[in-house]
Amino acid sequence: MKIEILGTGCAKCIALYENTKKAVAQKGVFAQIEKVEDIMKIMEYGVTSTPALVVDGKVLSSGKLLSAEEIEELF
Amino acid sequence: MFEWWEKLSAWLVFYQFGLEKGSPLGEAVHFFIYDTFKIYMLLVLIIFAVSFLRTYFNTEKVRVYLQGKSEFSGNILAALFGIITPFCSCSAIPLFLGFMQARIPMGITFSFLISAPLNNEIAIAMLFGLFGWKITALYIGFGLLVAIVGGFIIGKCKLEKYVLIPVTPMSGDLQEVQIRLHVKQRAKEAWVYTKDIFIKIYLYVLMGVGIGAFIHGYIPAEFIANYAGGDAWYAVPLAVVLGIPMYSNAAGVMPLVEVLTSKGMLLGSALSFMMAVTALSLPEAMILKRILHVKLIALFFGVVGFGILVVGYLFNAIL
Repeated sequence: MKIEILGTGCAKCIALYENTKKAVAQKGVFAQIEKVEDIMKIMEYGVTSTPALVVDGKVLSSGKLLSAEEIEELF
Repeated sequence: MFEWWEKLSAWLVFYQFGLEKGSPLGEAVHFFIYDTFKIYMLLVLIIFAVSFLRTYFNTEKVRVYLQGKSEFSGNILAALFGIITPFCSCSAIPLFLGFMQARIPMGITFSFLISAPLNNEIAIAMLFGLFGWKITALYIGFGLLVAIVGGFIIGKCKLEKYVLIPVTPMSGDLQEVQIRLHVKQRAKEAWVYTKDIFIKIYLYVLMGVGIGAFIHGYIPAEFIANYAGGDAWYAVPLAVVLGIPMYSNAAGVMPLVEVLTSKGMLLGSALSFMMAVTALSLPEAMILKRILHVKLIALFFGVVGFGILVVGYLFNAIL
């Protein structure tokens, strides 16, 4: 599984990255987590608000800082 | 709506604490207790209601609706969407570029970018709590006008060349993003958000009301009317200039403005101040500077600032 966190480096984006790491550890799944900070790459996903959470190329949330528990429910 | 609390707080201050009614200290303490609780209640209620409604909208949806709209009607729609869409200035860049990708004219994007921060939930909650629904409606109405006309003017200036990042317009139409959420989840999300905001601003409110209470009790109305400018011509521009660096403290400044207006400051100046606080935010300008030429940002600030000035003078003249 590949998880991408889209965001240009705002505080919320960093928090979402940390929460995602926590969620993956709590659930014990194997996943590659990547921060995408390049604005041109972010635009390719069609989101207009950050931070956004992308799992295997699919945008699951945008403009929200999800908690680790909420992220666990997404995958 | 708050008569019961007015009475209860008066009973507390004047009978339980034994402060004399009509004395500066008694009036100041009563005002402080009454206003703090009232504002806190309204803040929680209104922010919760607004953020709950906003879970049904997001900027991705707005982009789908705005795609292919002509100028002017697009400007009106964009300004209206600004009221109900959750927006954080930290997302200004992806929003701006994302709208361009969808071939939405730049003026329409600016209408949204002016309207969304103007209609932020804290501003609306504070205005409603302190000045009532009529002034809140006027604020939203004139805010929309500034957003529509301002965006239209910026669009007419044809400054697309000042966008510093090359954007390739996408071909075809956008699909609506599907995010399904249960009402319970939405309520929980809105509640968490309300709590976050409240923790961020409650101290500012407390300080604002504190200073306001002091003025209310100790400083006579003639002093304010004479020195803080009742109908002085420079009151409105001064309010706008003071409002620009206040972006984060709107919650604390508003209780002060309430006291100042009740003591003779004109309401138009107060509304201009509030609009400058919310719409002309320096952090947002700094964020946009990464993708827009300074000239374009200056035009944005100039047009919006001018619109706010006009609204302020208009209000001072008719109210």
